[in-house]
Amino acid sequence: MADQDRTIHVPPRPSPWNDPKIRAIIYQIVLIAGVVALGVFLVSNTLTNLQQRQIRTGYGFLDQEAGFFIGETLIPYEAASSYGRAFLVGLLNTLKVSVIGVVLATILGTIIGIARLSQNWIVRRLSSAYVETLRNIPLLLHLFFWYAALTNLLPDTERAANLGLNIFLSKEGLRYPWPEVEPAHIWALTALPFGIAGAVAFSKWAHARQMKTGRQIPLLWPSLAIILGVPLVVWLVGGAPAQFEIPEKTNFGHDGGAAVTPEFMALILGLVTYTASFIAEIVRAGILAVSWGQSEAAGALGLRRGPTLRLVVLPQALRVIIPPMTSQFLNLTKNSSLAVAIGYPDLVSVANTTLNQTGQAIECISLIMAVYLTVSLSIAGAMNWYNRRIALVER
Amino acid sequence: MMFRHLVGAAVAAVFAVVGLSGAAQAGATLDAIKKKGFIQCGVNTGLAGFSVADSQGAWTGLDVDICKAIAAAVFGDANAVKYTPTNAQQRFTALTSGEVDILSRNTTWTLTRDASLGMMFTGVTYYDGQGFMVPKSAKIKSAKELKGATVCVQTGTTTELNLADFARANKLNIKPVVFESLEESKVAFFGGRCKAYTTDASGLASIRSKDAPNPDDYLILPELISKEPLGPAVRRDDVEWFTLVKWVLYALGEAEESGITSANVNEMKSSADPNIQRLLGALGDMGQKLGVDNAWAFNAIKQVGNYGEIFERNVGQKTPLHLARGLNATWKNGGLMYAMPVR
Amino acid sequence: MTAEEATTPQVERPPASVAGPWGWARANLFSTPWNTFLTLASIAVLGWALPPALDWLIFNAVWGHVKPEVCKQADGACWAFISEKYRLILFGRYPFKEQWRPVLAVCALIAMIIFSCNRRFWRAWLGAVWLAGLAIFGTLMWGGVFGLMPVETNLWGGLPLTLILAVVGVVVAFPLSILLALGRRSRMPIVRSFSVAYIELIRGVPLISLLFMASFMLPLFLPNTIKINALLRAQVAIIMFTAAYLAEVVRGGLQSIPKGQYEAAQALGLGFGQMMWKVVLPQAIRAVIPPIVNTFIGMFKDTSLVAIVSLTDLLLATKQAISDPNWRAFFIEGYVFVAFIYFIFCFFMSKYSQHLEKSLRAGERR
Repeated sequence: MADQDRTIHVPPRPSPWNDPKIRAIIYQIVLIAGVVALGVFLVSNTLTNLQQRQIRTGYGFLDQEAGFFIGETLIPYEAASSYGRAFLVGLLNTLKVSVIGVVLATILGTIIGIARLSQNWIVRRLSSAYVETLRNIPLLLHLFFWYAALTNLLPDTERAANLGLNIFLSKEGLRYPWPEVEPAHIWALTALPFGIAGAVAFSKWAHARQMKTGRQIPLLWPSLAIILGVPLVVWLVGGAPAQFEIPEKTNFGHDGGAAVTPEFMALILGLVTYTASFIAEIVRAGILAVSWGQSEAAGALGLRRGPTLRLVVLPQALRVIIPPMTSQFLNLTKNSSLAVAIGYPDLVSVANTTLNQTGQAIECISLIMAVYLTVSLSIAGAMNWYNRRIALVER
Repeated sequence: MMFRHLVGAAVAAVFAVVGLSGAAQAGATLDAIKKKGFIQCGVNTGLAGFSVADSQGAWTGLDVDICKAIAAAVFGDANAVKYTPTNAQQRFTALTSGEVDILSRNTTWTLTRDASLGMMFTGVTYYDGQGFMVPKSAKIKSAKELKGATVCVQTGTTTELNLADFARANKLNIKPVVFESLEESKVAFFGGRCKAYTTDASGLASIRSKDAPNPDDYLILPELISKEPLGPAVRRDDVEWFTLVKWVLYALGEAEESGITSANVNEMKSSADPNIQRLLGALGDMGQKLGVDNAWAFNAIKQVGNYGEIFERNVGQKTPLHLARGLNATWKNGGLMYAMPVR
Repeated sequence: MTAEEATTPQVERPPASVAGPWGWARANLFSTPWNTFLTLASIAVLGWALPPALDWLIFNAVWGHVKPEVCKQADGACWAFISEKYRLILFGRYPFKEQWRPVLAVCALIAMIIFSCNRRFWRAWLGAVWLAGLAIFGTLMWGGVFGLMPVETNLWGGLPLTLILAVVGVVVAFPLSILLALGRRSRMPIVRSFSVAYIELIRGVPLISLLFMASFMLPLFLPNTIKINALLRAQVAIIMFTAAYLAEVVRGGLQSIPKGQYEAAQALGLGFGQMMWKVVLPQAIRAVIPPIVNTFIGMFKDTSLVAIVSLTDLLLATKQAISDPNWRAFFIEGYVFVAFIYFIFCFFMSKYSQHLEKSLRAGERR
């Protein structure tokens, strides 16, 4: 009886071909073989082709003199600099446009997202018209449009519009006064991280104090004061230099001061207005996701409007908002590569120029991809960490 | 033939964009060309006088005529050419990947390109130099006055490097705005984004004639800041094809030097001059040596004209480009065009 | 609102202050001082911007066929530019006399898409309809059979090019994306890591870098005997790109299938293939059709990037039309026109996807 039972319960030994484990191993071996074969095929073709066409390979060219100009740079660069430095200039330009774009798109998108939930009918309609129109038009078209509009409609360089305070607007872009570089400025900038560290320490102390005594200490204004105060004091101690370099008229428009080129303006306008239409939808969904009962419950507990928003609604809305928002930020960063179409020297544009000058297609494109991949993966990694931190802890 | 088209349609059904062009054997471009019956010619996407397509898709221009002349030499038919418009960045890939058989696209002959991009230049069809175009309203008379000016450039060209060299040599602090496409750079320049536009002088003349709202409002500055020998290039895999293209160019030049034109080529065939007889295939076996019909040069000259005719028809004084022969006159007229002896 | 009131029997009508247009206005436009301010401010902005915009767009615009000089005199938009250039914008450099073919081809493609929007037709044979649609498109565009003049792909342009890049991109990427999604959820470590690596790699880089790769590097990767044209190269990049994004969408669908479905299928003795093909995938894909449509919309917009690698799609064709010096002043009209075309396609597709989402959810609730 017992023996019989055992024989019933032991399943018949599957043939090796039907054993899932063996099958899995076979599948994976086939996959590896396929991928390796494809890899060998592509690499051998590439090597043959490169050899046949006598195209050199390797990243050695990065040390060679680039020989071309770059229109706008954040770090010193001249035609005699190396290709490597040119890439760095391009990367910094990409980061510059991405950071500014992300900040502006978030602000605009949040405003429009809130407006879509407004009690006001007209505001609601207008904001949804904005969202529906802008996100249904390709970004590249936005960029072409803004660029053509700026280059055609801005005043000529000789007749730059003076917007007051020595700010000039023309086909060359926006030129405005900029503080002359003094040691005190650099010291003040170096002091900024210390200010931030001080504010963090203060909030920790305030929190500990509240835990101990139950007394709340106002946080916002003192923190701001510490963050901005420290650099300000350093600047004052450094002699408070406030010498501005003012744009001067030259034969061709203005020179000196700082400038925002039409290419940069068009890129920012296009990226921000386009991405904002997506962010608006995310913000709207995030706010809608927090049920009204939460606010009511907070009210019943005696929390005022401000703390309710800050302590109850926002943390929950953010949990919904942040993951899609991050992917929009990443999209914006990746989309900034369309700069190449309107003459803004971003990473892709510089790499493209290098590619054309050196013929090193594989190297240049792999560099572009590696940079974007690094940025994407590190932001995605940071996001995963953050998501785990704010995830609901369930029983 | 029908069968091939049916197969083509079947492929289309599954994968609507597969376009396998006639597969060519590596190392035998000329054979492949003969087999498929036409030359795939890489040209500019649109540069008036050099290569430009009308609304019917018919191509004209100096660079186009070179391809036509080669087609006439190979097939006896100047129309046995198909054109692939390429932009500045893609032209070399198009050539080296075999997408086109010849790149006749106002391309500057430089050492780097000749030695390290997998291609060979076959000769010079237009001796050019890089210049600047400015609006007359800017009252600029010389490129040296461009201190601090913004200059529009198209990327993927030698132009960018020359501009940087020129600015460095003359301490001009030029602010370049670099564009991916010719169209965008033209729009930006004529929109007023830049004070000057720089490219090969012939390109400037072409752009001024075709793209300026009013050509008289724009001035091409006298300085040429570089040497830009423009000519067709072929892949590095077929020396016969390379040789043929090279000698068709010489034949066009030789024809002009000897006074042979498309109009008188029939009479010239019976000329007493053995040089002319050899060129036109009445004497010797020059064509066979190149692997084509003996009437190769005859057909090219008859159907397309000699170099001088090609020049005058497309870019010369009577065209909107108003270009003088200058360096491109024959050596007998003080130019640089010197055909190697066909013998 | 009024219709509801008419059908619902009401004992007492609400006071005029909460019903009717005045009540509506009070509730929606003037409920608080801030709200009133917003209303007045918006009306002011609209009053300032709308009349000139309408004047420019319609009332002062120049219509019909006229010379550019006439347009330059006018205050409004120059739609004559569009009537002059619409064929270049819509069909690129496709041979002028043959342009009835792209018209028919585009109609066939759009008819096919509209046909597939009907949920009743979501059957296996829909795939055959799509193949037939693509075959008709290809035959018309290519020619070479039935006495049609052959037209090479480098002459294709405008709307048909944009549509075919997006449609073929999604059609070919779709099966790939299912494989990738299954691979990413597989228990086989190597299969999973390949899928994850591919998906994250492609999603981590901009499409333009893939397009550059396809147009500069693909020829290097392949043997000399295989030659692929510029259109196919761009198409390959778009397929690779779409597959990674669709894979994530499909994975979402797979995750939404409760475990019980798998267990039930296994209890019935179905193997992996049958379980996926007959039980899991039909449900998973049905659940993610709205996001698939959204991906398609994104793809449709992203095809405009091929303009950067010189394929004459709708956008580049428009730019070429604008680069005519006689008409260059009217670039805004050109961009507005082409933006309108993109908008129409994307707007209706996104409305459809929203509608679908609602109706699919309605089915669940039952």
